[in-house]
Amino acid sequence: MRIAFLVLFLPVALLPLSAASPSAKKAEERPEVPPPPFTDGIFPCSGCHATMEVNPKRRALTEFHDDIVLRHDEEHRWCLDCHDAKDRDSLHSASGELIPFSESYRLCGQCHGEKFRDWKAGVHGRRSGDWNGHKTYLLCAHCHNPHQPRFRPLAPKPPPRPPQRPGSTKGGSR
Amino acid sequence: MNQGPEQADGLSRRQVMAGAAGAAAAMILTSCGPKSLHEVPKDRLLSLVAEMEKTYKEKLGADIKVGTEPALPGVEFAYALDISRCVGCRRCVYACVEENNQSRDPQIHWIKVLSMEKEKGVDFAHAGAYYDPKEVPEDGHFYVPVACQQCRNAPCTKVCPTGATWTERDGIVVIDYDWCIGCRYCMAACPYGARHFNWTTPGLPTAEINKNTHYIGNRPRPSGVVEKCTFCIQRTRNGRYPACVEVCPAGARKFGNLLDPGSEIRYIIEHKRVLVLKEDLNTLPKFFYFYAT
Repeated sequence: MRIAFLVLFLPVALLPLSAASPSAKKAEERPEVPPPPFTDGIFPCSGCHATMEVNPKRRALTEFHDDIVLRHDEEHRWCLDCHDAKDRDSLHSASGELIPFSESYRLCGQCHGEKFRDWKAGVHGRRSGDWNGHKTYLLCAHCHNPHQPRFRPLAPKPPPRPPQRPGSTKGGSR
Repeated sequence: MNQGPEQADGLSRRQVMAGAAGAAAAMILTSCGPKSLHEVPKDRLLSLVAEMEKTYKEKLGADIKVGTEPALPGVEFAYALDISRCVGCRRCVYACVEENNQSRDPQIHWIKVLSMEKEKGVDFAHAGAYYDPKEVPEDGHFYVPVACQQCRNAPCTKVCPTGATWTERDGIVVIDYDWCIGCRYCMAACPYGARHFNWTTPGLPTAEINKNTHYIGNRPRPSGVVEKCTFCIQRTRNGRYPACVEVCPAGARKFGNLLDPGSEIRYIIEHKRVLVLKEDLNTLPKFFYFYAT
């Protein structure tokens, strides 16, 4: 009787467990991300750059994009290390492979491999959605300005009110 | 027919006894028996919840949905918070207040964000919740948000004299607000200050009520009862992330199923430096703190 009970009920008992757990392979798929956070009207880059000649010389920009201050290994990097000179609407990896802006995490992940690994596992960065189902990730650029990636300080929300006597309208209670 | 009376006599005694025993059992199980939400049968729970909704409609004038979702099988919830990422902005505190219908006045916050000095490490003796600079993070400080640690060996549930608080099958420590008598033993027992008392009727403007509630979660509370974090039971039992996880701008808050080897929470425990608060008290929290870097 007991064996029959086990045989009958084990699969039933295990079913919900496997249903509740998303397969580990899912993390390997291309994560779903919202569109990149472009400044209004800046994209596509080819809108302006299509007719412009490429100047591959490293220099400080003065005519346009002069609002961009690079604080991201600026001693060694400049625009065309990440932005592609031929396909102006793309980025490129160190190997020259074109990377669309919507997959910029692959570019960032070249140097920040440890963060990239954590991000894919859902540990670095903000996630929303379902803990056991459909999750939405954010691109690196949603939280870190690629040109100045340090996380910007925030204004905190108001501190709690110190405990007061019950009935007082001023305080908070424990 | 001759045997009739004799047979009827023998059977009726047995029937009477069985019937009486059955009736007594039914009485105990339903009407006269325990009405604690912990153990009521499903149909009675539904009628109780319908009563709650009706009362809320009359008293608060709001159409509040009181959910009764049970624990999911094969699920044990756990939480992880990245101390190296938290910037102390308190977005989680206020998202929690709005989601879980905490009293605005007097103020109740289920999450307390403690500012600590990097020099001293995780040290509650030198921690403060009232920091208020223009911008966070402050130099030389890090932040440790503390809410209910959902202990496996929870001291709070052991001291309750009425059985009004217990641990659900998915690991969430909950309170039955109808059975809580407000003795606050549990608040004294909790080493994390995670339980909060309604000294007055909660000041909760009708317009700000979150109408999606759960019967042992964020439904509006009366005065004189204790309340606490429930991992947003009304959201998480429907598959969603808790409100504090979704609002955190630094992505420091992580949540998932401890029994699922592919979950974020398991990844963190297996790959990161993890600690729990006041480990020496043997409360076995399911709320982990970690350093991602």
